Amino acid sequence: MRALLLEGLLRRPLTDAAPAPGDAALEELAQTLGRAARRKLGRSLSIREVDAGSCNGCELEINALGGAYYDIDRFGLRFVASPRHADVLMVTGPVTRNMREALLRVHEATPDPKWVVAVGDCALDGGCFKGSPAICGGVGAVLPVDLHIPGCPPRPVEMIKGLLALIDRMA
Amino acid sequence: MPALKQLLDSGRAVEGSRSCPRAVVAAPAWRNAAGRLASGRLALLGLWGEPEAAHMALRDTQTGEVGVISIACPERRYPSVSERHPPALRLERTLRDLYGLTPEGLPDPRPWLDHGWGGAAAPEPYPFLPVEGDCLHQIAVGPVHAGIIEPGHFRFTASGETVVRLEQRLGYTHKGVEALAEGAEIGAAARLAGRVSGDSTVAYALAFSRAVEAALGVTAPPRAAWLRGLMAELERLANHVSDIGAICNDAAFPLLHTHGGILREQTLRACDAAFGHRMMRDCIRPGGVAADLAPDGVAALRALTRSFAQRFPAMVRVYDETPSLLDRTTGAGVLTPALARQYAAGGYVGRASGRDFDARLAMPYAPYDALSFTAPTREDGDVHARIWVRILEVEQTLALIGQILDRLPEGPLSEALPAPDAPCEGLAVVEGFRGDVLAWVRIDADGRVARMHLRDPSWFQWPLLEAAIENNIVADFPLCNKSFNCSYSGCDL
Repeated sequence: MRALLLEGLLRRPLTDAAPAPGDAALEELAQTLGRAARRKLGRSLSIREVDAGSCNGCELEINALGGAYYDIDRFGLRFVASPRHADVLMVTGPVTRNMREALLRVHEATPDPKWVVAVGDCALDGGCFKGSPAICGGVGAVLPVDLHIPGCPPRPVEMIKGLLALIDRMA
Repeated sequence: MPALKQLLDSGRAVEGSRSCPRAVVAAPAWRNAAGRLASGRLALLGLWGEPEAAHMALRDTQTGEVGVISIACPERRYPSVSERHPPALRLERTLRDLYGLTPEGLPDPRPWLDHGWGGAAAPEPYPFLPVEGDCLHQIAVGPVHAGIIEPGHFRFTASGETVVRLEQRLGYTHKGVEALAEGAEIGAAARLAGRVSGDSTVAYALAFSRAVEAALGVTAPPRAAWLRGLMAELERLANHVSDIGAICNDAAFPLLHTHGGILREQTLRACDAAFGHRMMRDCIRPGGVAADLAPDGVAALRALTRSFAQRFPAMVRVYDETPSLLDRTTGAGVLTPALARQYAAGGYVGRASGRDFDARLAMPYAPYDALSFTAPTREDGDVHARIWVRILEVEQTLALIGQILDRLPEGPLSEALPAPDAPCEGLAVVEGFRGDVLAWVRIDADGRVARMHLRDPSWFQWPLLEAAIENNIVADFPLCNKSFNCSYSGCDL
């Protein structure tokens, strides 16, 4: 184990350079974020991830955000275990009828001010599950959505761009 | 006479079932099949339905033959299989929720996927199994979990720290996949199949494509078959290496999680360079593959295998030389070989408990019939064994990727799908990273999908987690759960 730890100390970091905030995301956010909220939160955001019915593809890429290559902690972004600690809900999937109530409760348990980021093509309008009676639709069918990050699943770098746009608007 | 052949001969053969025989049988033969499943002469590969028929895919454990038996249900009822063979239970509860078929004698009549939208069927709140005894308490977890994972509910009954019973309640991610596929064009159904379980998008696309090809009587060209094998192995590699790290993370050892994450990310980047998508989504389609390997793809994949050769042995050494970590994984969450066999558990769950089934070897398909590899097994059935099976599979997979890159044939990338002249059916079983994925499809005379059924390996693994966690401490659940790493979306359909 010592060799592995030593190598980690001596090697240059694997972490990628930070991307610029997404333009489209900035545009979208301009309308949703108030100045007061920005003052309150500074540049730090706590994120609660909720899978509202996804295929798990988006979760895998969101998990990658915490790894060595993307390391989103450096931007002041962190994932938290409870909605009680969250500023942002990152919601994936079409919202299934079986997850609707749980998602609403998570949103209710999140203190104000709060933002909802819908992640992935399904979260926009149901994606390839659109029209199924087993789903309610995209995240917007159940919660007010502040930002949508498209992709199936979105690349981690696209998610960072979206989230950076979110904190840029707040700072 | 072999058990399966006898069953098939007793029924009426269905024309147009091209990849394996299917026969419509009467109730006595159907009951007989349930008995053969219980005795272990047959293994259950799948059980699914439609409004007026139930189907069961079976594998003869002595001859290795695969066949499908069906029972007509004009009265919308059929004899329950799980009454004699419990591994069919959740599948039968699903069949009832989705198609309104009543399995007569069903030992557990509670709804499964239907959380209340099906009308009268679902009592609220969900009646968990009763637990009686002194000093017992319950812990309810989910559907929203603390980590970034899929939703599901776990109801623990504990005596102090010891788990007396775990009961799972799933179905939260039910999206109505089978209903959406009904009447869909083949391409749309293929995209749907690739989104049933996100971490196995290659395995599902491959299983569905092979089922369609079997139905239509076409074969993907050699280069396409080899590229498919390459993608399937890359998917296995990415999942196994991150699982090994993530299991250790649940034993409070994040170092290997970080290193597993690095190798996973390198794998996804190489896939992106080679196939244009990090998870290779929609890269496999019926008839062949969507695109050729990118010009610099081979170099990217060679660089990936070199990185694994350098980093992976170091990871394994750290795992194997850290007593405090081994203390957590050894002897935790033991799954007995008898249960693994009874449930015909696939993947690392089965193979870590002595069941040496791997669809790539047991039901060979291109390119694996031309490649050299083994399916490593262990007998101990604990978390440690499931980690080791993954470690050994990573080594096999790296060798397979090398063999494929060395011998990748030239040639066309896809075969045109002919228009069917009559309804036709196909079945395929593919070894995903988690185990065997079954796909069954019926195509109408107009070339559209009439029915699609996709059976995730987790159907036969989730119930075993309930058994494996018994008498472990509550704090070891994340560790045991991650070592199974069952799919929620794959089973919720």
